[in-house]
Amino acid sequence: MKEKFIRRVDLIFEKVECRDIIEKIMQMDPDAICQEVLDSDLKGRGGAGFPTGMKWRFASLEKDPVKYIVCNADEGEPGTFKDRQILDEVPGKVFCGMAIAARAVGSKSGYVYLRGEYKFLIPKLNKALDEFHRLADEFNLNFRIQIRLGSGAYICGEESALFESIEGKRGEPRNKPPYPTKSGLFNKPTAVNNVETLVHTVMIMKYGAERFKELGTKDSRGSKVFSISGDTPRAGIYELELGMSVHEFVEEFGDGDTKAVQVGGAAGFCVPRKKFEETIIGFEGVPTGGSMKLFNSTRSMYNVLHNYLDFFTEESCGQCTPCRVGCQQLLKGVEAVKRGEKNSRYLDELVKLAKTMKRASKCGLGQSVGNAFGSIVENFKEEIIY
Amino acid sequence: METIIENELVRELANKHGRTRDSLLPILQDLVVRNRYLSRQDMVDVARELDISAADVFGTATFYSFLDTEVRGKYVIRICKTISCAMKGKNDVLTTIEETLKIRVGETSSDRKFSLLETNCIGWCHKAPAMLINDTPYTELTPEKVTEILREYIKK
Repeated sequence: MKEKFIRRVDLIFEKVECRDIIEKIMQMDPDAICQEVLDSDLKGRGGAGFPTGMKWRFASLEKDPVKYIVCNADEGEPGTFKDRQILDEVPGKVFCGMAIAARAVGSKSGYVYLRGEYKFLIPKLNKALDEFHRLADEFNLNFRIQIRLGSGAYICGEESALFESIEGKRGEPRNKPPYPTKSGLFNKPTAVNNVETLVHTVMIMKYGAERFKELGTKDSRGSKVFSISGDTPRAGIYELELGMSVHEFVEEFGDGDTKAVQVGGAAGFCVPRKKFEETIIGFEGVPTGGSMKLFNSTRSMYNVLHNYLDFFTEESCGQCTPCRVGCQQLLKGVEAVKRGEKNSRYLDELVKLAKTMKRASKCGLGQSVGNAFGSIVENFKEEIIY
Repeated sequence: METIIENELVRELANKHGRTRDSLLPILQDLVVRNRYLSRQDMVDVARELDISAADVFGTATFYSFLDTEVRGKYVIRICKTISCAMKGKNDVLTTIEETLKIRVGETSSDRKFSLLETNCIGWCHKAPAMLINDTPYTELTPEKVTEILREYIKK
């Protein structure tokens, strides 16, 4: 077998002179900024993976004089904590990324929606924001950023729920279309990007799209910041080149006894040992917003699944029936199977229910419950039943 | 005619954050900082100040788990119960907190100094188990470590 190793990267946390970037983008044509990001093939780092340049291009083509840039810092996916570190270490780069988006799209106003759990970061962010605004003034960049706090609702990481929350309402996702680039925050064209995505655009402006594309694979360009936790001797935050297999990942981060890796958090997929080799971490395989949880053979996958279902049952916004009732029924269902009140065939019924939720739920929350559910039940059926 | 008693704090916060609908969450968040929870009366007063229905304020507040609508203590402890923390000994830490403060999850101490709650992932999985006391995160908890931390808060 070919010897491979995972390439460590240091772009996101690299110290950058934001002044140089702002100076550069002020001289660039907005369309050229969009094009550079498009050329890089950068895909959103929050998990969904929508091409960032395309998002900006769509928003830039809208005629409305009022447009918004929103930084989604509502990092709530279980097992994800990289955005906290980025905001803590390089907040100026996040604001700089928003400025690039603002230039590309033609926006004068931006919001950072920070989860309430990270409120302790506010003093540091405010300081960096003051510096950013001074810099913007110096270069006549007419763009102001406000920071808004969440209040402990996972669903507000869903972009349209996030808009509702900034607008002062319950964080209930909207129907799509219209998409945010057409009608987002305050029903205005909005480009909403993840914290890490914005910082990548800073590096693309600094080094160019070609350099960005040197890393990763055809479908997953560049590097990604991973949040690694669970049964690993090396829990923490690592920026790695995209395109590695789960096997390579486990070789580097496992404890020698890894039986499963949950890629992408509670909304992601569980990869069992027998599929480590064939599974690529990236958009061509299992996508992730960065959450990587390792489980060794001492762990009960029933407990893992139960924990996730408990999480979704609490965090479902409750507005659409498939998700609200589905989450509750999946949770009750696996408990009933575990107690022996239902036989193992009942699990097949539950998998069907999870598939119905995927088709019928209004937003990504209800649509992704089946990812973890299906992959854990399929690969660890015995552990669920006995 | 009904006499309206001025709610100075609500007025002050509305002056600070504004009276449009998007000011609602910042006002409610600041009320929780001041009083540790949202009383019915405060929510009614916010509704009047913003000229929206009290049902809207109540409906919004109850959506968010950090906008408590029940009386809470001066220090609200939220211990993470999501999988990474659960795997790394969160239950032992929780039991220690319960025994030290003589309250269970969901309860507030009789002197209204502490409330103990569970919460979902707070983003410290690599340093599990973790908890928040008001806004401050505490990580890599053990029964010994949490006892030390609580001792400091009890003295405050």
